[in-house]
Amino acid sequence: MKINSPLEAYKFLPQTNCGECGHTTCMAFASTLIDRSGKTKDCPPLIKEKKFAKKLVELDRLLAPEIRQITIGVGERAANIGGDDVLYRHKLTFFNRTKMFFDVADNMDEAALVERVKSIADYKKFYVGHNLLLDGVAIRAASNDPAKFAAAVKKVAEVGLPMIFCSFNPEVLKAGLEVAKDKNPLLYAANKDNWKEVGELALEYNVPVVVSVFNDLDGLKTLAKTFAEAGIKDIVLDPGTYPTGKGLKDTFTNFLKIRRAGIKGDTDIAYPIMALPFTAWMAGIADPVSASYWETVMASIFTIKYGDIMILHSMEPYATMPEVHLIDTIYTDPRTPVAVDSKMYKVGEPTADSPVLFTTNFALTYYTVESDLTSNGIDCWLLAVDTDGIGVEAAAAGGQLSAEKVKASFDSAGFDLKKDVTHNTLVIPGLSARLQGDLEDALDTRVLVGPMDSGRLPGWMEKNWPPKK
Amino acid sequence: MAKKVKLSEITDMFKGMDVTSLEGVTIEGDIEIDLSGLGGGFDPMLAALIGQESAVLAQHFSRLAGMFGYPVGIGVPAVAPATAPAISPALAAPKLKDLIPAKFDVANIAEWTTQIQEVPIGNTSADGGTRGKRVLLGGEKALPFYFDAPMPNRNQVTIDVFDMRIGLAKAVKENYDDVMDSPGEWAKKNVEKFNADMITIHLISTDPLIKDTPAKEAAKTVEEVLQAVDVPIAIGGSGNPQKDPEVLARAAEVAEGERCLLASASLNLDYAAIAEAALKYDHDVLSWTQLDMNSQKELNRKLMKQCNVPRDRIIMDPTTAALGYGLDYAYTNMERIRLAALMGDDELTFPMSSGTTNAWGARESWMVSSPLKEDSDWGPREYRGPIWEIVTGLSLAIAGNDLFMMMHPTSVAVLKQITQTLFGMIETEQVDIAKWIGAEV
Ligand code: B12
Ligand code: SF4
Repeated sequence: MKINSPLEAYKFLPQTNCGECGHTTCMAFASTLIDRSGKTKDCPPLIKEKKFAKKLVELDRLLAPEIRQITIGVGERAANIGGDDVLYRHKLTFFNRTKMFFDVADNMDEAALVERVKSIADYKKFYVGHNLLLDGVAIRAASNDPAKFAAAVKKVAEVGLPMIFCSFNPEVLKAGLEVAKDKNPLLYAANKDNWKEVGELALEYNVPVVVSVFNDLDGLKTLAKTFAEAGIKDIVLDPGTYPTGKGLKDTFTNFLKIRRAGIKGDTDIAYPIMALPFTAWMAGIADPVSASYWETVMASIFTIKYGDIMILHSMEPYATMPEVHLIDTIYTDPRTPVAVDSKMYKVGEPTADSPVLFTTNFALTYYTVESDLTSNGIDCWLLAVDTDGIGVEAAAAGGQLSAEKVKASFDSAGFDLKKDVTHNTLVIPGLSARLQGDLEDALDTRVLVGPMDSGRLPGWMEKNWPPKK
Repeated sequence: MAKKVKLSEITDMFKGMDVTSLEGVTIEGDIEIDLSGLGGGFDPMLAALIGQESAVLAQHFSRLAGMFGYPVGIGVPAVAPATAPAISPALAAPKLKDLIPAKFDVANIAEWTTQIQEVPIGNTSADGGTRGKRVLLGGEKALPFYFDAPMPNRNQVTIDVFDMRIGLAKAVKENYDDVMDSPGEWAKKNVEKFNADMITIHLISTDPLIKDTPAKEAAKTVEEVLQAVDVPIAIGGSGNPQKDPEVLARAAEVAEGERCLLASASLNLDYAAIAEAALKYDHDVLSWTQLDMNSQKELNRKLMKQCNVPRDRIIMDPTTAALGYGLDYAYTNMERIRLAALMGDDELTFPMSSGTTNAWGARESWMVSSPLKEDSDWGPREYRGPIWEIVTGLSLAIAGNDLFMMMHPTSVAVLKQITQTLFGMIETEQVDIAKWIGAEV
């Protein structure tokens, strides 16, 4: 965005402190615009009153991210890409995590195609309170036959995931568009040979489009600029992804250059970038595990350095798991630790005889512990102590986890160890063993030190629960 | 980290996780092991315990390692020719008539004014030592692999050797079983078979809770390794903060003139003793802190100002947290350190080292299957572990890390292949990617 202080945004607000946005002052609201937690549409007067119309337009322009944000697909699983303002995640955060599209070919056997698309749609990996998912389907027109391609699109569209139509043949793309008019697919791609026709399709069907020029940034910028001038707004850049050797190094360099230019204000090339780790499968690596490893390696590079959308092939769990985790890693907001609400959670169906444990409200910690308990069928009370979202060991070392903090969290949860359970006993994480004495004093309760890793709680419970009188 | 784990507890823990790979591990007595601080929270026991078990897989991985070990075999496109796209004139476009030519241009980063210190490890005969080669780390004037300035030195990988037989799973054992009673042979194998640039000898038996090997005796192991291989070596203690300074000082003495990397000086032990040994006997110091840029500055400052360690003898280990277990912190910590250094913070202008083996601490890398029924299938963990280590290492390579401490041969091979590709050393035939749409995969 073009401005970076709340004061600059404040100038464009109604300045009445009416409070309709949920903030007591316009200035407070302005700061949410700057950290991008709030949007101009959340200020009703600014949106509704005619006299602010000009200011709204101007403010939106100033607040627009440097890299254009683009939506692919429709509905619940529509994918947003781009929208970034910084080159390093610690400077703010990266927005709109890299989207992973997996390929299918239009000459695949129909049953196999449907099955593969389903497995893309159904993939999930639980991690700190949410599911890591795969994002969409890239349909390759391997047949180069419009009718075949349209048939494949029809099948894929039924599942509802965002789609990329892959062909350099405009007739093929058009056939796909005809059967999926309202699905907002991404067209891949316009290149030096077909740009007029593909550009025309993007305009006619009002869909986002990839411009593809390999290893030639002048050429890529030329196409992007030509499209923009013709009124195409949603452009994605494909500078080519070479899988090995100097080619891969050039690709890395191109990604860096494009994103740096975009963030520094070259609006002609400030668009999301597409990476194709898929090309690992063209590198002549005979062994499929090795090829898959190499694809994951390429995906990792372009997750970190500026790939906004990727086309991939391997759906082996050892490929997808590290990929979804790395994307989550790079796109986690570094400004706030991921935390859960600090309160008393019921795990399973605890009774007054069930054990009471505490952990911290750091999401990684909480969900690790919770899943260890649930998956082993242990009914219990689990208190997430407010440690400002820090894990057990770091919080104990940094002072966010102390006997007072634990007591305060019990109090605010309204849980009384002497009344709400029959045993007046608290199980604490092994890594906070040093708090045992203090906790016994502060809570006037019996404190048992649990194992260091919650994965060992089931075994520990067998030996130690119910506690001996 | 002051984690104390009993071997029996580890076995218990794995039992619960349905880990079958502990078969073949004999535990004599119930020894307590201090897992603390073998460089960056490095956790060798865990890593070692979790290796691969089936012989088939071991074979598979050795093929893989062979494949990535040499810059050949990659680059021949295996693609079915796609039909050339036919463009229909009927679609001729009214709105898009002519290309609007544009030139692309982007400037180098002006603020990157300071060069990272170049630090050598290992002395050859020319430098008064007996190493066959010298490893150079650092010297960057830009973020790694960036076009702003060529990266002068490639990344290096050091592979572990332990000074005692430790519990290993079958497939790892297959790699190391014949050499585990001889640190010298073990080191040789790492170099000759697994292509290690360096060796790290971990003197873990010196821990009072393991064997309490006297420092003097541990030093003999260092001599043995120095004689067995001629690559530069890193020397690690057991992580016991009371004993490490003594152990490392003794080791430094017998390795005089070889310019080893002493791992590690940290704020919670007598770093001055380690620095003193490094200066007296001609070695480098690994400055290790835990995910905190300010502590890193503090320790570096103390090493330089208080202990007079010259700049070309300091390497930093700002701590590696695994993918899914804090890599977001570790990545950004390294990236910030490197950016601050390039922009002139001379308390941070040092090469960095990563205990990449930490990746094996992540449940995703070693658990047989997901603890959650709802998760999609996690697949065979035999393939998950190595790639978990690779992705953790590669991410940090991009953040600015120079030296990698690793153990799995496959991970080493792939990490070397990709970092050397980005470095620009790997020549392959250009693949015709334009045909990807019709590729047969
Ligand atoms: C990531 C990390 C950080 C992150 C913290 C991010 C966060 N939101 O928590 C940051 C960078 C902020 C950080 C900072 C610090 N850290 Co730190 N950090 C780590 C690191 C790498 C991983 C910790 C982690 O996330 N583990 C995963 C979570 C899930 O583990 P957990 O919360 O402990 O939960 C497990 C167990 O406790 C148990 N458990 C949890 N709840 C319960 C409940 C019951 C009933 C039971 C039985 C078990 C149980 O099971 C869980 C799963 O295994 C560790 C080193 C390492 N590799 O372990 C160092 C480490 C924890 N940090 C350490 C230190 C010293 C610090 C700092 C004080 C100083 C510094 N050097 O920077 C600061 C303090 C910051 C603060 N408190 O304000 C030390 C602690 C040493 C000690 N024991 O005293 C460690 C061990 C590093 C080291 N080797 O020295 N750190
Ligand atoms: S709704 Fe708009 S005018 Fe009212 S306080 Fe919020 S920002 Fe100010």
